[in-house]
Amino acid sequence: MNNPEDNRPPGERDWSVVVEDGIAKSNQPVSGAIADPAATTRRHEPHEPAREHLPERLYEPRKAVHNKRIDGPFRRFKWLVMLVTLGIYYVTPWIRWDRGPYAPDQAVLVDLANRRFYMFSIEIWPHEFYFVAGLLIMAGIGLFLVTSAVGRAWCGYACPQTVWTDLFQHVDRFVDGDRNARIRLDAAPWTWSKVARRAFKWSIYLFIGFWTGGAWIMYFADAPTLVQNFWRGEAASVAYITVAVLTLTTVTLGGFMREQVCIYMCPWPRIQTAMMDEKSLLVTYKDWRGEPRGSVKKAAKNPDRFGDCIDCTQCVQVCPTGIDIREGPQIGCITCGLCIDACDRVMDDIGRPRGLIDYATLEDCEREAAGEAVKSPWRTLLRPRTIAYTMIWAGIGGALLFALGTRSHTELTVAPDRNPPFMLMSDGSVRNSYTLKIRNMESRPRAMEIAVEGLPGALMWTDTINRDEASATQRVTVPADLVRAVRAYVAVPVGTAPQQFEFRVTSLDEQRETDVVETRFDAPEDE
Amino acid sequence: MANKRIDQPTGTPTVGHEWDGIEELDTPLPRWWLWTFYLTIAFAVGYVIAYPAWPMIDRATEGVLGWSSRGELAEEMSAADQARATVREQLARIPIERLPEDGPLMQQAVAGGAAAFRVNCVQCHGSGAAGSQELGYPNLNDDDWLWGGDLKAIEYTLAHGIRQAGDDETRSSVMPPFAGAFDTDQLNALTDHVLAFSGKAESNPVGAQIYADNCAACHGIRGEGDRAQGAPTLNDAIWLRGSSREAIKQQILNPRMGMMPKWEGRLDPVTLKMLAAYVHSLGGGEDFVEVAEDPEVAVDEQP
Repeated sequence: MNNPEDNRPPGERDWSVVVEDGIAKSNQPVSGAIADPAATTRRHEPHEPAREHLPERLYEPRKAVHNKRIDGPFRRFKWLVMLVTLGIYYVTPWIRWDRGPYAPDQAVLVDLANRRFYMFSIEIWPHEFYFVAGLLIMAGIGLFLVTSAVGRAWCGYACPQTVWTDLFQHVDRFVDGDRNARIRLDAAPWTWSKVARRAFKWSIYLFIGFWTGGAWIMYFADAPTLVQNFWRGEAASVAYITVAVLTLTTVTLGGFMREQVCIYMCPWPRIQTAMMDEKSLLVTYKDWRGEPRGSVKKAAKNPDRFGDCIDCTQCVQVCPTGIDIREGPQIGCITCGLCIDACDRVMDDIGRPRGLIDYATLEDCEREAAGEAVKSPWRTLLRPRTIAYTMIWAGIGGALLFALGTRSHTELTVAPDRNPPFMLMSDGSVRNSYTLKIRNMESRPRAMEIAVEGLPGALMWTDTINRDEASATQRVTVPADLVRAVRAYVAVPVGTAPQQFEFRVTSLDEQRETDVVETRFDAPEDE
Repeated sequence: MANKRIDQPTGTPTVGHEWDGIEELDTPLPRWWLWTFYLTIAFAVGYVIAYPAWPMIDRATEGVLGWSSRGELAEEMSAADQARATVREQLARIPIERLPEDGPLMQQAVAGGAAAFRVNCVQCHGSGAAGSQELGYPNLNDDDWLWGGDLKAIEYTLAHGIRQAGDDETRSSVMPPFAGAFDTDQLNALTDHVLAFSGKAESNPVGAQIYADNCAACHGIRGEGDRAQGAPTLNDAIWLRGSSREAIKQQILNPRMGMMPKWEGRLDPVTLKMLAAYVHSLGGGEDFVEVAEDPEVAVDEQP
């Protein structure tokens, strides 16, 4: 346990300071649990109080976060994003979209029962799931792009966990008052008034949770019908189970676990760390400007000694995850920028320049600290990495749109009968049987022509078209938005050799979509 | 024995044992884990009460909900039966002559028949219904029918079988053995004449004479056969027991005649109807020559 080269008497620490690369580094122990900003910036030592004893506990009880109300550009942006995202979530299932009599009129619908996915004018069948996979890949690359450009903007504004946590924190503020009132109430004994307040607050939590789950199921069935059935108790049990599960998860994750989800559960902050570099914008405390901290009074007495930070801890108080940004970039920081709003306000009040806490790249921070000019925001955002991500993202999007625009709504698959492979008829002709599956992806019934091509003398009839009417082409109607299976019998005159031939299906409308499938005609080889 | 102490750097008690200077910290379990564990215990208690759990000598404890996997299966089976009941009901009431006019019902019948075929018929006729030339099981896919290929005829054959002892209405025909009746030349001539019907050999007057004297009564002058008595057609490309000279001679001298069991009584009328529809749908089914104005149907009240 002890370093063999350490010849100090036990219990005594080495407080001497080592100078490396012109930077003083103390030997004071710093817990690995505390992020070391110097590791990323290599500029200064953390101003942590010396720790005599490092508590090494495997379980850390949650310290409740009572974030203070704040207003400012970032807070307003957060409001806006919350409004837009929640608006999209709750309103989308109610948008109607006319698709004619053969398809549902809900704009966005995941129709699991019929295995169709509708999104406005796009209809996706299960075999086209690569479109959804492509969208997910685009979402992934979009996150890469956003992260490398503006850091954890997703975490700070748009992540459902953040949005719902924000919502629940506003509920806290609405019911219990702002930060100080909430801290007092937390510490207060369980009086009847506290019980009543908590009951009221938690019922609002439940209400929000219920509407979250309730909105989710609307995406999977016709929304107005489902609402009626739901309240009449006639909806499918899976609907009730889904609502119950989502109510529970929403209340637990948004109402009680909150920032713990981001810090302990979510893999995304870890992945994002790998995608950010010194050129990514992130919320940074400009320590070379702020340190050492001192109150306005102290600074007035001793003008040259103190930095701009007056240690008012407003940045800590407004933080929705309860961290101290002045410790440097850390996993708990979701870069929502509320500390910037708080700090700018304080700086305005005491007449110091804004931007002590700022959205800045680490590179710019270095430059600014060295007194050089910083890059313009556009140059910060437009760099090879972000441009490359944008192009990959747009490329995939373009390819998907191209595939979507050029896809055929008519398709044919052919399965020849293997048992028996061919059939001798009484007039000596040879018959083969095939199961044709004709897919009509339009929301209307369509007449289709099936043709046998490249098989001389072939006659075809089907399970619904009699042999008397056999011919090389047949006409069938395929119901709207369905696959129709047709059993086709193809007969050739005596003496035809086994060979390859083609089935061609053509839609008999102005689209004249066509699909060709090659298959084999089997015949007895001897004789 | 135990020598518990508090480990200074971590503040955690040790378990009290020491192995060559190595001690183990007695770190408490995370609380969420512990509560989950207690929850699973509580769940297990409830489960044991509600569901079958303890194995006894011949069965397990029953559980207050009375659930069992056998019971669930039986429920699902009866639900499936009920779902099929309407189709069976309709099939029981429709005369088979009218079945092709009801497209969806015909499809249901074909699907049901395919299932019944796999259980009852594939043993002889094969899973593709192609039969076996060697064993004399007819191919049901082609358009050659010994006893008629419309739905009604197929249903009749299914119900009463062929050469089924003990059924007065069974389809029955006998080809007499001609062993010893002809000498070799006569037999060759007759074989040539029979093959000539389908263009496989040259006809000759001797064979034609023998045929006219012995065979034409049943098989017809030009070998067109006779369904009324089950005499096979000889002038087409399909030969139940082979078209080689040896096979034909064999069939003249010592004819082999197949047997099909009667299914009436073993399968219910609706299943027979479905089987007929399936066999008819295999590609060689024939239309009715004429359909009676209002065909009678014997409705089985318990389909």
